[in-house]
Amino acid sequence: MSEFLQQLINGLSLGAIYALIALGYTMVYGVLRFINFAHSDVFMVGAFIGYYVGRHLPEGTVWGGLIAMAAAMAGCAVLGIGIERLVYRPLRSGPTLNVLITAIGMSLFLEYSGQLVFGATPRAFPSIFPAKLIEVHGLIVSMNQVIVIVVAAVLMVALEFAVFKTKIGTAMRAVALNPKAAQLVGINIDVVISFTFGLGSALAGAGGVLYALNYPSIDPLMGLVPGLKAFVAAVLGGVGNIPGAALGALILGMVETFVDGSRWSTYKDAIAFATLIGILLFRPAGLLGRFTAEKV
Amino acid sequence: MPKPLIALIATVLVAFGLSHYSDRFDPYYLDVMTGVGINIILAVSLNLVNGYTGQFSLGHAGFMSVGAYLSAGITLLLGPRLFGSGGGSALQQGMLFLAALVAGGLGAAVAGLAVGIPSLRLKGDYLALVTLGFGEIIRVTFQNVDALGGALGLNGIPNYTTVFWVYSFAALAVFTVICLVRSTYGRGFIATRDDEVASEAIGLNTTRYKIVAFVVGAFFAGVAGGLYGHFKLTITPTGFDFTKSIEIVVMVILGGMGNTTGVIFAAILLTILPEALRSVEQYRMVLYSVLLIFLMLVRPNGLFNFDYMAISARLWRRITQARG
Repeated sequence: MSEFLQQLINGLSLGAIYALIALGYTMVYGVLRFINFAHSDVFMVGAFIGYYVGRHLPEGTVWGGLIAMAAAMAGCAVLGIGIERLVYRPLRSGPTLNVLITAIGMSLFLEYSGQLVFGATPRAFPSIFPAKLIEVHGLIVSMNQVIVIVVAAVLMVALEFAVFKTKIGTAMRAVALNPKAAQLVGINIDVVISFTFGLGSALAGAGGVLYALNYPSIDPLMGLVPGLKAFVAAVLGGVGNIPGAALGALILGMVETFVDGSRWSTYKDAIAFATLIGILLFRPAGLLGRFTAEKV
Repeated sequence: MPKPLIALIATVLVAFGLSHYSDRFDPYYLDVMTGVGINIILAVSLNLVNGYTGQFSLGHAGFMSVGAYLSAGITLLLGPRLFGSGGGSALQQGMLFLAALVAGGLGAAVAGLAVGIPSLRLKGDYLALVTLGFGEIIRVTFQNVDALGGALGLNGIPNYTTVFWVYSFAALAVFTVICLVRSTYGRGFIATRDDEVASEAIGLNTTRYKIVAFVVGAFFAGVAGGLYGHFKLTITPTGFDFTKSIEIVVMVILGGMGNTTGVIFAAILLTILPEALRSVEQYRMVLYSVLLIFLMLVRPNGLFNFDYMAISARLWRRITQARG
């Protein structure tokens, strides 16, 4: 039983990181209908910003960690908005596939220029938050896991507030529902899309720092696998659907952790996809997505 | 004789001739040429699925790996048993290789059928992700089967791939795709892509078209995998991950979806480009990615998406007018 609970907590913290990345995928998909492949590399850049800022801060303090994370979020938001402005916007009227290829190009660009700038060798991530092990009734929870879960929960509540209670959030949902109609009622689509990219990239930046804390080595290609998993999570929950992304990420995090603890651990990556395929076969639009019939 | 058939036979003959004199060429150029040919097979076969039928598949590398492992397994296991330590004559080796390639292709086609039937209910990005997922599942499975070398892969595969084999199969892939799409039956592929609902309304079985495209595409991907294995002499599961699939998709899109000639040009360009950038090794992939973004921005319909028939007709007219 205690092992089950232990794995549950591990799964929760992994799922929380996936959720932070998945939210960015799903929001961009919601307004622009394309898979932003470069998102996983924005996540990587976030981890590196956290690394460079964290080195100049005293180790093991909560405020130091929060500053590093805030820096990563701000840096990633700027990067995300910049990518959208320079690369995706000129293609917005074109076919989605082109944007997809451009996103792949952008992803490769960030990965390989990352290798030039940061070097290809993995680096140890500084322990910017206090490292402690907390023992509750035989369960061992690391401080990092607590921080990951708390920060992810706070950010998701903040996102929920931003999307459902603010004016720009309402505009975002309007654009996701129908871009043309949104424009007709006076919404500035460019601003909304920039905002979406900024928000999603900031979450990815936070995710990058949190991921680096728990898996303490970072390299320019680190975004690939978690990025892919997060995207699977977004689709699992119904792509374009914000609570769906969080739900999908938690499910995926749990499944992976439990598989990892079993004797099937080498099949971990395959099982993540098998879960996805299994769910999509029965719910083709994801868990919380709504299946819309094509109208003629 | 129909024109495509003449072209097919001519290419096979030229490839045979080239292969015969292959020791007179610089091995480096031969390697690049072989790589180009394999990529042409991959890109043209994926174009049937992505371009002509409009089903966005990201699992091509997975089918390629099935073909690579199956055919390498056949030549590794059967080769020594059939020919003993002598290694067999060139003809015997050729027949074994052909059988292995076809078996690899058929194995990949079966995998394509198994993947296609459940996943083709899905559309667009969902289909893309599920095919990607199947590709990754296939890869992870290979990684965990110890009989197939596990994560280390298969080594010591005999060096059977020659320019002749590669270009004969490339020609066969192009021939099959062109003839299939131009036939009365094959118009259904394009109809499925252009408007699925309308195609169903006039009585086309769109699911069946999708599956046929998937299976044929997977077959050639498997053959390409077999050629790749006997060219690189060692195959590892990580060589067939989703970045490989994406590489092939980029060729198809850059060439212009559903434009076989363009896709061939794109496959040639995108294989040679990284080689040409080898002198600036460090910046190679950065330049490649910048070029990719730039091309998409300035030529959104694909780099090689011209109306070739119109261009050649215009050229012909100009030549005849100049004479007259």
